[in-house]
Amino acid sequence: MVVTPAIAIDSLSFRRAERLVLDAISFALDAGEMLVLLGPNGAGKSTLVHCLLGLAAPHAGSVRVLGEDLDRLARREIAKRIAYVPQAGHSAFAFTVEQMVLMGRSAHIEGAGSPSRRDREVVRRALADTGVEHLASKPFTQISGGERQLALIARALAQDTPIIVMDEPTSSLDLGNQGRVLDLMRKLAAEGKCVVMTTHLPDQAFNLKARVALLRDGRLIAEGRAEAVCDLGSMSRLYGAPLLRLSDTVDRGVVGYVPDLS
Amino acid sequence: MRFWRAPPAADGEGRGLLLVSALALGALILASLALGRYPLSLGAVVETLIGRGNGSESDATAQTIIFMVRLPRIATAVMVGAGLSIAGAAYQTVFRNPMASPSLLGVSAGAGFGASLALLLHLPTIAVEAAAFVGGLAAVGASYLAASRVKSQSLITLVLCGMVMSALFQALISLVKYVADPVDTLATITFWLMGSLAKANGADAATAAAPVVLGGAVLFALRWRISLLALGDHEAAALGADVVRLRIIVILCATAMTAATVCVAGIVGWVGLLVPHIARMLFGMEPGRVMVATATLGALFVLGVDDVARSASIIEIPLGVMTAVIGAPFFLFLVIRARSEQWS
Repeated sequence: MVVTPAIAIDSLSFRRAERLVLDAISFALDAGEMLVLLGPNGAGKSTLVHCLLGLAAPHAGSVRVLGEDLDRLARREIAKRIAYVPQAGHSAFAFTVEQMVLMGRSAHIEGAGSPSRRDREVVRRALADTGVEHLASKPFTQISGGERQLALIARALAQDTPIIVMDEPTSSLDLGNQGRVLDLMRKLAAEGKCVVMTTHLPDQAFNLKARVALLRDGRLIAEGRAEAVCDLGSMSRLYGAPLLRLSDTVDRGVVGYVPDLS
Repeated sequence: MRFWRAPPAADGEGRGLLLVSALALGALILASLALGRYPLSLGAVVETLIGRGNGSESDATAQTIIFMVRLPRIATAVMVGAGLSIAGAAYQTVFRNPMASPSLLGVSAGAGFGASLALLLHLPTIAVEAAAFVGGLAAVGASYLAASRVKSQSLITLVLCGMVMSALFQALISLVKYVADPVDTLATITFWLMGSLAKANGADAATAAAPVVLGGAVLFALRWRISLLALGDHEAAALGADVVRLRIIVILCATAMTAATVCVAGIVGWVGLLVPHIARMLFGMEPGRVMVATATLGALFVLGVDDVARSASIIEIPLGVMTAVIGAPFFLFLVIRARSEQWS
C-alpha cells in the first residue's frame, strides 16, 4: 500500500523582485511527523510557511497536501486541511478568546451560516485541551502573550485539520509557556497530526525529537533527525556566528546552542 | 478594542440590552412624531397612526403632519443613522482600523461630489445616487491605494490619506458650486451638503432605504465571514476566507449605503465613527448582535440629534454641524487612546 504523504513539496521556488527567496526546496512529511524549520533571519522560513499555506504563490514547483495540489484547492478546502498558528500580535478589536477560537470553525461553516452547537462544542474542547478554558470570556486584547499564543493554538485545534503549521510559536514566551506549547505539539503529533514549526532555538528540535530542516539563503542545506543534523559546525555555519554547545542534558537527548562571545 | 468596561459575556445580558435599545428606538420614534412646531399629544399620534380619528379638522391636520412631514423625516433619519453606522463598522473591519469611517475615508466627500455634479446637470434621482456611489467608490479606492503605497503600519496613515481625498473632493465640490447657477442650483447644493433632513419626504426615505436595507442585508448575511477580515489578510485566508472577494463585497455595500445617505441628507460626519465604537463597547464583538446593535444605536443617535436640530431653536441647526460637535472631540479621544494602547 502506498501511503500519501501529508505534505509533499517538490522543487519549490519563490521569487520576490527578481531575488530568489526560495530555491528548489523539496521535502515530504507523513502524518504524525514533526518538522522544525531552522534558519537565520531572512533565510526564507516565513516565505516557505506562506507557500505551504497557499498564501504565496510559488513561481515554480508544487506543494501537495494529502495528495492534492494546493493551487487547485479553494481557500476553504485548504483551511480544512491545514491550520495556521501565526505569531501572537496585537489586535485593535477585542474579540473574546472564545470568539477567536470559534473563528477556527469558519472553514466548516457553509456560506452565510453561523456556528452550530457542534462548532461550539469543538471550541470548548479545544480550549480545554490547551488549558485556556478559564480565559474563554476574556477579551483577546487583555491576556498575556503566552495566553494569546495558547489561544491561537486552540483555534488551530478547533479548525480540526490533519496538518498544523506554526510560525515561531514560542518566540514571545517564557520558558514555562514554551514548555507548555512544545508539550502540546508533541501530543498533537502523537495523535497523528503533521506539525511544522519555525523557531530560532535548535534545542526545541532535540526536545521534540523532531525532524529538522536547515534553511539558508532560500536553500535547504540539510534535513534529518536533530542529533544527525544539528552539530556545532553546522549550527555555526547556519547562523554565521561562533556558538557554544550546551550539553549538560545530553543523556536526555537535548542539546542547546548559545552565542559564543569569547 | 479595549474598553473601560468588559463586553457583556452572558448572551442573555446582551440580548436584554438589545431589546432595551430597540424599545428605546420605538419610543423615540413615537416621541419624534409628537414633537415639533405643531405639537401633537402622544394619544393623538397613536390614534392617527392606527387610523382611528373622529374625522375632525384637527384630525386631518394631524394626518398631514404625521404622514407627509414627520414620518418621512423620521424614516430618513433612521435610515441615515443605521446606514452610516453599519458602513462605518464595515470599513473599520475590512481596513482593520478602528478609526476608519465614511467621512474619514473620504467616501462622504466623494459621494457628495458625485451627487452635486449630477444635481448640477439636473439628472434624475437614480442618476444622482449612482453618481454618489461612483464618487464614494473612487474616494475609498484612492485612500486605500495611497495608504498601501505608504507602507506604514500606523493606523493614522489610512485616516490621513482619507483626509487628503476628502480635501480633494471638497475642492471639487467647491468647483461645482462655483459654476452652479446662483439662482436655484447653488442654494440647493449648498444647503443639502451641510447635512439636513429638513426637506426629507417620502421619496427621500425610499431613496435612502433601498441601498441601506439591501447593503445591510448582504453584510448581515456575511457577518460571520466578514469578522475574519479583522484578523488580517493572512490569518483570514488561512481560516478559509476568500479575502479579496469578501473585501470587495464589503466595500461595495458600505459605499452604496454611504452614498445613499449622502444623497438624502448631505454630508453627515462622525456618525459612522462614533456609533460602531459605542456598539462594540456595550455589546462586545459577537458579529450578529453587534451589527443589529450598531444599526439600532445609529438610528437612535441620528434621530435624537435631528430632533434637537429641528426643535432646539427657531432656526434649524444643520444636522452635520451637530454631529461634528459631538464627534470631533470623540475622535481626538480615540487618537490619544490609539497611541497609549499601541494599536498597530
